[in-house]
Amino acid sequence: MNIVVCLKQVPKKDSILRIGSDGKWIDERDISYEMSEADAYALEEALRQKEKHGGEVIVVSLGPERARQSIKEALAKGADRAIHLFDSVFDTATDSAAVARAISAALKDEKYDLILTGLQSDDYGFAQVGLIVAEQLGLPSATIVMEVQPEDSAVRVKRELESGWFQWVRLPMPALLTIQSGINQLRYATLKGIMAAKKKEIREVKAADIGLTSDDLKPGQVIERAYLPEKTKRTEFIEGKPAEAAAKLVEKLRFDARVI
Amino acid sequence: MDFELNEEQQQIKRTIREFAEAELAPHVSEWDEAAHFPVDLRPKFAELGIMGVLVSEEYGGAGMGYIEYATIIEELSRVDPSIGLAMAAHNSLGAGHIFIAGSEAQKQKYLVPLARGEQFAAWGLTEPSSGSDASSMLTTAARRAGGWVLNGSKNFITNATFAETTVVLAITDRAAGSHGISAFIVERGTKGFSVAKKENKVGMRASDTASLVFDDCFLPNANLIGEPGQGFIQAMKVLDGGRVSIAALAVGIAQGAYEAALKYSKERQQFGRPIAEFQAIQFKLADMATQIDAARLLTYRSAAMKNAGKPTTKESSMAKLYASEVAVRVSEESVQIHGGYGYIKDYPAEKFWRDSKLCTIGEGTSEIQRTVIARQILKA
Ligand SMILES: Cc1cc2nc3c(=O)[nH]c(=O)nc-3n(C[C@H](O)[C@H](O)[C@H](O)COP(=O)(O)OP(=O)(O)OC[C@H]3O[C@@H](n4cnc5c(N)ncnc54)[C@H](O)[C@@H]3O)c2cc1C
Repeated sequence: MNIVVCLKQVPKKDSILRIGSDGKWIDERDISYEMSEADAYALEEALRQKEKHGGEVIVVSLGPERARQSIKEALAKGADRAIHLFDSVFDTATDSAAVARAISAALKDEKYDLILTGLQSDDYGFAQVGLIVAEQLGLPSATIVMEVQPEDSAVRVKRELESGWFQWVRLPMPALLTIQSGINQLRYATLKGIMAAKKKEIREVKAADIGLTSDDLKPGQVIERAYLPEKTKRTEFIEGKPAEAAAKLVEKLRFDARVI
Repeated sequence: MDFELNEEQQQIKRTIREFAEAELAPHVSEWDEAAHFPVDLRPKFAELGIMGVLVSEEYGGAGMGYIEYATIIEELSRVDPSIGLAMAAHNSLGAGHIFIAGSEAQKQKYLVPLARGEQFAAWGLTEPSSGSDASSMLTTAARRAGGWVLNGSKNFITNATFAETTVVLAITDRAAGSHGISAFIVERGTKGFSVAKKENKVGMRASDTASLVFDDCFLPNANLIGEPGQGFIQAMKVLDGGRVSIAALAVGIAQGAYEAALKYSKERQQFGRPIAEFQAIQFKLADMATQIDAARLLTYRSAAMKNAGKPTTKESSMAKLYASEVAVRVSEESVQIHGGYGYIKDYPAEKFWRDSKLCTIGEGTSEIQRTVIARQILKA
């Protein structure tokens, strides 16, 4: 079974974020990056499926030069080869549709049974790239996947719904699945894996190689302003008899604060 | 000259850091309090590949160099110095001795399971009455038909309690002085071999330190490493590499203590501002960061020279001496920056401080390192 995993590199979770001088995104200097969490789970799921059923795990990532670090990590954990969409032309591809167009184009000549993406990225959090790739490649897709069971030419998957409900669905393969964080337990890269990754292929793909121009990658969506959540402190005094005040407090905790 | 780790080395550093923060950090205080070494983590260490870092792949190791090794020990020690110490003793001393001087058969039988991480190793040189003056040891190995009989004891031996394989130095020819010392491989459970007192230590508490007792312990000839009388020279070679690992251990302690102090100094407010805004604290942080960098660079230099196969007696002693003294100073300053909270077990500063002191003592005290360095300088 051949599995493609789409990986995005995002700012590290414990980064101290500052807004950039243009006010439209964070200041990317002095920030460390890591594989987006849900993508790491997608990779892990692909590696586990490969260990059970054989085949190849191919990693695809669109990003600047630094994204190579996350690609290398995936190879060190056991992915077989990688495609790095790396070209200044891709810098304008900041919305999900443009990124998905590039990924779909890069996968045109690949043979795969499954494409796995993370449910959403830890930075923009659109949760769209996977679904758009599926549309563009004409594949069935399932989102928020918690379990993957391949059966002959189909795959049975468990999807997470709201309030603790789950749903099992069956899709013909090839299919695209967006993987929920926590589906499995992540492995560490090993010393042997890190050395083995040195010899694995990372194919750098430019926009022209897959027949795309900057027009194809124009974003349909732009960020107007990025800002830190504005925190305000407000103290509210609940008046009335103890029993009434307590009832009001419970109501507020339940419906306003939603903590009980 | 390039002062950056290469792509793979950086990846190793990140991986070990990720592992240490996820698997070790949550338990550091608990293991310290209980003086418990987490033997159960062995399969995870094995999976990562950190139990045979320097051992070539044909013997089940990762086949890496000293820079990678120093990086791994530093990153483990930045989170839990006791784990760093246990791994240093396993890799450099116990497994290292067999890797450097063992026969092919000994490597197949003993080194392979150690490097694969199926077993732990320990190394016994020190005795109750011989530390710095190691060649004045009392433990003897007397020739018998088909082998040797060991009598005596060793103390302060890291990993002693649970190691399956221990390398022990003993006198085979007292008249020959340091040329009459030989090295033997002792399997756990060998008749006449037992592990005695486990030490109750001020620091490095999660690392196991105990004494070994040999009471008419028979070892077949196959357990002698190299020729009789070569043990002390082998041991000096082992320690040459071991000093790089203690230097790296010290750098890791200093780094951990410094990061804790840096974080605390930005959070702690006095006189209406973070204490990091006071020049007195800033100068401490600046000195700590500078000394750590210098210690790390000395460590990398000795590691790079080891990789190049050059003699490193002076350089590895310099790295060990300087880094260990930096670890003690930096961790003490970290306690100072934490104020009263630095003296309390709820913060990590006091533990780094306690742990750091081992570095100026183990594998050759600071005084002995200075003696070694001076001898090298003056002989030129
Ligand atoms: C936690 C821990 C783990 C250890 N692990 C191991 C292990 O795995 N295997 C092993 O074999 N050993 C191990 N050791 C032993 C360690 O290597 C010795 O403690 C160390 O070499 C010092 O020996 P000593 O304690 O006998 O001190 P001594 O040699 O008695 O030294 C006492 C003092 O005298 C000074 N001194 C001695 N000789 C001279 C001299 N010629 N000139 C100037 N000053 C001198 C020393 O520097 C020191 O300050 C461990 C020790 C500890 C504490």
